[in-house]
Amino acid sequence: MFVNQFLFLAAVLFCIGVYGVIARKNAVLMLMSIELILNSVNINLLTFALRNGSPDGHTFALYIIAVAAAEVGVGLGLVLLVYRNKKTISLDDLSEMRG
Amino acid sequence: MNIFSGETEVLAPLATGWFLENAWLIPVIPAIAFALIILIGKRLPMKGSELGVLSMFGSLVLSAGAGYQWIQRTNSATEEQFVAPVIKSWNWWQSGGFEFGIGQHIDGLSVLVLFVVAFISTLVQVYSLEYLRGDRRYTHFFAALTLFSGGMLAMVLADNTILFLLGWEIMGLCSFMLIGHWWEEDANSRAALKAFFTVRTGDMGLLVGISMLYFAANDWTQENLGLSGFSIRGISAWALSGEPNSTVIMIAAIALFIACIGKSGQFPLHTWLPDAMAGPTPVSSLLHSSTMVVAGVFLVARLYPVFYVGLDIPGGGGNLIVIIGGITIVISAALAFVQNDIKRVLAYSTVSQLGYMMLGLGAGAWLPAVFHIFTHAFFKACLFLGAGSISHSASHHSFDMKKDMGGLRKVMPITFVTWIVSTLALCGVFPFSGFFSKDEIIDNVGYNGYNTFMIIGLVGAFMTAAYMTRATYLTFFGEPRGASAGHADHGDAHASHDAHDNHDSHDGHSASTPHESGLLITVPLMILAVLAMSSGFLNATPFGESWERMKLWVEPRPAEVIEETHSGGPGESLIINLPSAEEGAAKTVCGSAQPESGVCYAPKLKHAPFKWSKAMISMVIVFLGIAISWILSTLLFTKRDPRLVGLTQRVKVLGFGHKLLVNKYYLDDFYEKVIVRTVAYPISRAAYWFNQNILDGILHGFANNTRKISGWVYKNVDQRVVDGTVNNSATFTKSVGTAAQPSQSGKVSQYGALLFSAAAVAALVLVIINT
Repeated sequence: MFVNQFLFLAAVLFCIGVYGVIARKNAVLMLMSIELILNSVNINLLTFALRNGSPDGHTFALYIIAVAAAEVGVGLGLVLLVYRNKKTISLDDLSEMRG
Repeated sequence: MNIFSGETEVLAPLATGWFLENAWLIPVIPAIAFALIILIGKRLPMKGSELGVLSMFGSLVLSAGAGYQWIQRTNSATEEQFVAPVIKSWNWWQSGGFEFGIGQHIDGLSVLVLFVVAFISTLVQVYSLEYLRGDRRYTHFFAALTLFSGGMLAMVLADNTILFLLGWEIMGLCSFMLIGHWWEEDANSRAALKAFFTVRTGDMGLLVGISMLYFAANDWTQENLGLSGFSIRGISAWALSGEPNSTVIMIAAIALFIACIGKSGQFPLHTWLPDAMAGPTPVSSLLHSSTMVVAGVFLVARLYPVFYVGLDIPGGGGNLIVIIGGITIVISAALAFVQNDIKRVLAYSTVSQLGYMMLGLGAGAWLPAVFHIFTHAFFKACLFLGAGSISHSASHHSFDMKKDMGGLRKVMPITFVTWIVSTLALCGVFPFSGFFSKDEIIDNVGYNGYNTFMIIGLVGAFMTAAYMTRATYLTFFGEPRGASAGHADHGDAHASHDAHDNHDSHDGHSASTPHESGLLITVPLMILAVLAMSSGFLNATPFGESWERMKLWVEPRPAEVIEETHSGGPGESLIINLPSAEEGAAKTVCGSAQPESGVCYAPKLKHAPFKWSKAMISMVIVFLGIAISWILSTLLFTKRDPRLVGLTQRVKVLGFGHKLLVNKYYLDDFYEKVIVRTVAYPISRAAYWFNQNILDGILHGFANNTRKISGWVYKNVDQRVVDGTVNNSATFTKSVGTAAQPSQSGKVSQYGALLFSAAAVAALVLVIINT
């Protein structure tokens, strides 16, 4: 098993995702970046599951996929509503949470 | 159980077939149809009724096939051989060591009742197509009717008491829905509730009986037959094995019989049955002929060994079942004399006929009683449908014989002829079907040593003939009155019964002339009338042994059976050995003593030899009843003879009797005013007093003290300690918040960056700690 390669791939994906979440101004792109992060975690889980020969990691990965699907659904719904009310989805313009 | 010794004779395997093996489909079809009608019925062209009719027809075909193959099976057996029922069983669910099965138990009794139920249900559904046309809840009516039949069918072929209970309760629920079909009227919904709760009172007994039988029988059945204590087959064998403790089995039998009293409308729980007339007439017809009320009788017939041993039926003299049956026959027949509602007359006649069935079963006349279920179903269904036909087409939905009927024989010839045939069958006139069953019951009851009850049976036959003649006279003879005379009495009579369906827009009622009903109503009537006339010949004892087909097909043969493989799975046939004829089966001890080897499934019953002299006595009694009642009816209702009119007002004793009957022996009052009052009212009053004085007192005292304490606490603890702390922490929090405010920029990406950097720091800390 080339565990390193898989972990490396996961780390790269994770970093790309984090960069996207921080740097992107578009809400949809930010959601996509979150997906990347989640999937890099999936890869990690699967890698270790294969290495240890236990099905636990696979099970978790399946759960994560399901939860991620739900999360994207909610996220896109939010974006849609925000767009309807504000006519924009740029995150810079959405600063109502300021303290 | 390999304790068999002596000669064995391996008999040829019994014939079986697809319909017998798959009889469990019979109740499944209506159950599926019910779901379909509920889900998509309203969108179908005939509003779901076609599904109901089709499913019942499918069940009818399957049960007819099963009946045919069962006859072949009995024919393939030798004369004394025990015809093993076709049993299939699956594990339904399991809980804490209890296993609940689901499956079929097909023998002569279940095949017979399955056929009757499917047959009557099909005809009733066809009849309802016309009778309920345009009803507000047409679809739901058919759904409930289909499930009702499905429940009965499931109960009939149940192989264990749990499934039996399930079918029993489904019927209870459906009867509630159907009786209260026109629930907008207060009386109807009250009748439905009354039926439901009265039957529930008895159902308690069923639960108790089933659990008692399970705990008493389970060990024995598991050890000897490999069956659970719920299995009907196992319970039957156990009851006849000589094992059971006589007290336990007696209490179990009494508990089960209480359930039958409720369901089959026996005294003293018969009061719900006449009120159940509030439902649409097809429902009454189905409920009174083949489903629901027959269920109680069926339970006794099904678990007959339990009652046979538990209540010492072969002992003679009298036991709970015959006493209840005898009382029921007489009191309900007496009640039928004072009813003006044609359906109520029929209802009381059903109660009384059920009394005959119970009397027969209680006195060891198993076969005549079961045969009476069969014949009674046809003529009673025909009578009820006839009454429905009259109200539908002649009397503007009124069922009042005195006010709205009379002289209908000319305008409704088909209804009239079918009514007369069924009435003669009900009275037990030779050669109509009722003669062969009812007379057999009376005859066998006397033969088995229950002489008193034979006389009660004869008195009942006299009364039956008399009240049916009165009803027939009032309905079909004399001068037309009220609605049937053409008076457009659209007032109370019409409104009170069918206010919720708009018949009139369909079939020309507004023309307000009585006429014969349509084909959808008369064809079922004619079919039933033909059967009411001829079905008795299936067990025509007067014509000798070769005519007694029911005995051959239905009665279980009392043979000792030795089962070598009892662990067989579903469908695996049992290898059955019998002791050879000269030492075993012919001299079987079943039901009279403990079998030495093997088990018995059915007690050995005696059959009274038919004598024309005895039959003649009952015939004379019946004709006397008809004649006396006819003469009195003519004098009273047509000639208005001054000696008879107002007799009850003039003679005190008669007046008292009349009043007693009109008020139904005050049983309803007794239940509602005495039992409900004495039980429910004091409880509620005591609860109110307890609430007002004790609970409120405690609460008030408690509240006053609490107020004082809390006043002190407020001043000292709350204001000084708590508020001080809170105010201080608030001030602190405020200063921290002001300091941290700039970080809350409202920018999502900034939050994300903070989050991730925090996570990175945490990860770093973890790595450092772990290395």
